[in-house]
Amino acid sequence: MENLQELLHGFNIAITMPHLALMVIGVLLGILVGVLPGLGAPNGVSLLLPLTFGMQPVSAIILLSSMYWGALFGGSVTSILFNIPGEPSSVATTFDGYPMARDGRPTTALATAFGSAAFGALVGVILITFLASWVAEVALAFGPPEYFAVYFLAFASFVGMGGAAPIKTVVALGIGFAIAAIGIDTVSGSVRLTMGVDELVKGVNFVVAVMGLFGIGELLVAVEEEFHARAVSSKIDWREVFRAVGRLPRHSVALLRSAAIGCWMGITPGGPTAASFMSYGIARRFSRRGRYFGTGEVEGIISPETADHAAGTSALLPMLSLGIPGSATAAVMMGGLMIWGLNPGPMLFVDQKDFVWGLIASMYVGNIVAVVLVLLTVPVFAALMRIPFVVIAPLIVIICVVGAYSVSNSYLDVVMMMGFGIVGYLFKKLFYPLAPLVLAIVIGDKAEDAFRQSMLMSKGSLGIFFANRLVTCLVVAGIVLLLLPLALQLGRMLLRKPALPGDPTTSQEKVII
Amino acid sequence: MRNMSIFLLSAAAIVLAGMTPAGAAWQPQKPIEFVATAGPGGGTDNLARAVQNIITKYKLTDQPIVVVNKGGGSGAEGYVYGKASAGDPHKVIFGTSNAWQQPLVSKVAFNYIDLTPIAAMAQDEFLLWVKQDSPYKTAGDYLKAAAANEFKMGGAQSKDTDEVLTRMIEKVGHVKLTYIPFKSGAEAAVQLAGGHIDSHVNNPSESLGQWRGGTQRPLCAFSPKRLPQGTKITATEGWSDVPTCVEQGLDIAQYEQPRTVWLPGKVTPEQAAFYVDLMKKVQATPEWKDYIEKTSQVDTFLTGDALDKFIKQDLEHLKQVASEQGWLIK
Repeated sequence: MENLQELLHGFNIAITMPHLALMVIGVLLGILVGVLPGLGAPNGVSLLLPLTFGMQPVSAIILLSSMYWGALFGGSVTSILFNIPGEPSSVATTFDGYPMARDGRPTTALATAFGSAAFGALVGVILITFLASWVAEVALAFGPPEYFAVYFLAFASFVGMGGAAPIKTVVALGIGFAIAAIGIDTVSGSVRLTMGVDELVKGVNFVVAVMGLFGIGELLVAVEEEFHARAVSSKIDWREVFRAVGRLPRHSVALLRSAAIGCWMGITPGGPTAASFMSYGIARRFSRRGRYFGTGEVEGIISPETADHAAGTSALLPMLSLGIPGSATAAVMMGGLMIWGLNPGPMLFVDQKDFVWGLIASMYVGNIVAVVLVLLTVPVFAALMRIPFVVIAPLIVIICVVGAYSVSNSYLDVVMMMGFGIVGYLFKKLFYPLAPLVLAIVIGDKAEDAFRQSMLMSKGSLGIFFANRLVTCLVVAGIVLLLLPLALQLGRMLLRKPALPGDPTTSQEKVII
Repeated sequence: MRNMSIFLLSAAAIVLAGMTPAGAAWQPQKPIEFVATAGPGGGTDNLARAVQNIITKYKLTDQPIVVVNKGGGSGAEGYVYGKASAGDPHKVIFGTSNAWQQPLVSKVAFNYIDLTPIAAMAQDEFLLWVKQDSPYKTAGDYLKAAAANEFKMGGAQSKDTDEVLTRMIEKVGHVKLTYIPFKSGAEAAVQLAGGHIDSHVNNPSESLGQWRGGTQRPLCAFSPKRLPQGTKITATEGWSDVPTCVEQGLDIAQYEQPRTVWLPGKVTPEQAAFYVDLMKKVQATPEWKDYIEKTSQVDTFLTGDALDKFIKQDLEHLKQVASEQGWLIK
C-alpha cells in the first residue's frame, strides 16, 4: 500500500502539462529514430542527452524514456513492413508480422503488434509498482551459474519448441556461437577468430547480422521467385486499426502467457530478446493453430511483442535498483543519471523518491501516449506497402547499407552485412532456421562467459549448476524442454500410435522459425 | 572565483588567437571526432562527453564535435581505428592505460606507439571492496581469512588493470585468489552484492551507489595518502575516511588508472600542441572540477615528457607482472 501512495505522488509529478508535452515530443522523436535506418534507440537517446543537462532529472528521464518507448514501437514497424528488425528483441516479430503484411494485411499486423506491446508494457510496469523490493532481491540472487541456466533455458526452449528439424536447429545454433566468439574473449582476454582482419577485434554487431540475414536475405529470395512483382493492394481502413485491437482479448491466453514469460525473463536477467524468442517458441507449441505459425498468424505477432515489452519494462527495475544496464539504451540513460548527479543503485529508491516514482508513473502515462500516437500513424505506415516492389527493393538495400554503415562508420560492416545476406538466402534455400542463429549471435557470448565464470568458481565441477534450488530448477526445466520432443516421439513409438497424418504445413513454412 | 578568472582569461586568449593572422597556430578545419574506446555509459565515454560539453559550452573551437563509441574488443576497436587514421588531426581518441597494456598481453593490431599521446587527464583510484555484512574490518583481517580459504575476486576484463592489481595483492599479501573476469566493474559490484564473489577492486564511481545503499564497503584505498575529502557517502563516512592499504599492512602504495587522450600517429607537432592546449583549457573550467568531483577521480594533467615517463614506468611494472603470470604474448 505504501507503494500505491508513492505511485499516486508520482502521478502528480508525471501528469503536468510540461511533462505531458515532453512525453509527446519524446515519443514522436522515438518513433522517428525507430523507423529511420540505422538510427535506433541508443543513438537517438545519446543525441538527445546533451539537451537534458539543464533540466530537472525527472523531466529529463521522462523525455528520454518516452523516446525509448517510441523507438521500441517504431522498431516493430520496420520488422513488420520490411522484415528488418531494428532491435534484437523484435526479430521474433518478423516471423509472422512480415508474412501478414505481405499478405495485404499490414494494418492488422501493425495494430496487433502495437496493442499487444502496450499490454505487455502495462503488465511489466504494474509488476514494478507492486513488487519493486522483491524484484530487486531476485535479481541479486543471480550469479554466473544462474545466468548460464537462464540462457540455457532460452536455447533449450528453442530447440525443444522450434519447428525445424532439431539437427538443423543445432547446426544453426553452432554457427551462431562461432560468430558470437569473434573478437576479444572476456574470460581469457585473448583475440579469437579474427582471421587476420584487424577490425574484427570488435566482434560482429547484431544489427549488421540481422540486416543482412533478414533484409537482404529475404530480398534475394523474393527477387528469385518474382514473388513480390505485384504491389500489395492493402486496404487502408481506419476501422481495421480499432477492430484489430478489439480482437486482442480473444487471445487472452496468449497475451497472459507471453506477459508472464516476459516479466520472468525481465526480472531474471534473461532480457527481452530471450523473452520474445522463448514466448514465440512456446506459443508455437501450445497454440491450436501452431502449425500455421510463420505464415502470418495473429498469435505469432502477439506472443513475441507482448513478451518483449513486458521484459523490457520490468528489466528497468534491476537497472535502477542495482545499476546494471540491460541494454545499450539503458546504458546511455545511466550515463545521463550520473551526469544529472544521481547514482543508480539501491539508495535511489530511498534518496530520490520523486525521481523514481515520477519515472514509474510516467511509464504508465508514457506508454498510453505512445500507443495512441503510434496507432494513429498505422495507416501512414501501412500505405508504404502499396509502393510497388521495384521501388521498395532498392529502398530496402539502401536502408540496410546505411544502417550497417552507421553502426560504427565502417565499410567492413557493410561488406559483412552483404555476406550475411547471402548466408540468409542459403539458409532459406536449404531450410535451415534463422532464429536460433540470431539468438546464438545475440546471447551466445554472454552464455559462454557465464559458463566459464561458473567453471572458474567451481574449479571445473559441473556440480555448481545443481548447487542451490534456484539454479537446479532452471537447469532441470531447460533439460526437460530440450528432451521434450524426443520424449514425445518415444512415447508415441511405445504406444505404437501411427505417426500423425501428413503435416499440412510445407517444409518451407516450417523452416521460417 | 579563481576558476572563473582563469576561464575568462582563457576565453580572452581564444578570442585573441582567433584574431591573430592565419598560420600562427594550427586550427581544426573540419568537424572533430571524439572516439571513446568504451561503450555508451562507461567511464571513458563519460569523460569524452564531459570534454565535448565543456568545449561546446565555452566555444573553445569553431568546429563541431561528435562523440563516437568504439568500445569493441575491450577498447581495441577504437585504438585500431586511431591507428588506421594516421595523419588525420580531426580524430581524438579517449582511452585508459589499456592503450599500452592490451598490446602486451593479447594479439591486438595496435600499439601505443602507433598513436600520438596528448595528455593523461584524470586518475581513477582503486579500492578493495567486500560485502557489507562480511566479518572483515581491515585489509589485514581480509588477508588472514583469504590465506585460510581461497577467495573469489571479481573484476572487469581479463589481464587488465583489475587482474593485475589482484595478482599484486596475491604476491604482497601471500594469498591465493581466484580471479573471475566480468564485462565491467558494475557487473562485479552486483555480483558482490549478491554474495557470489568475496571481493573486487572497483574504482570509486563504480561502487559509489552500492556503498551508499549498504550492500558493500571499501576496506582500503590503493593510494599513497587518503582520498580527498568530499561529501559524506554514507551517514557517517566519506572517501577520506577510507584508510590507505599501506596503513593496514597491505603494502601496495599506489595503483591508479589514468584516463588518456591520443591523436592518431603521424600528425604534426603544431596539431598536437593545439589539442594539448585545448585540454588544458577544458581542465580550467568549473564544469571540469564538477565532473572530477562527481566521478570521484583525481585531477591530474600529464603531457609531453612527463606523460612519456609515466607510460614507460607503468609499462615496466606491467611487464614484470605479466611475465610472472606468463601472460606476455610471444
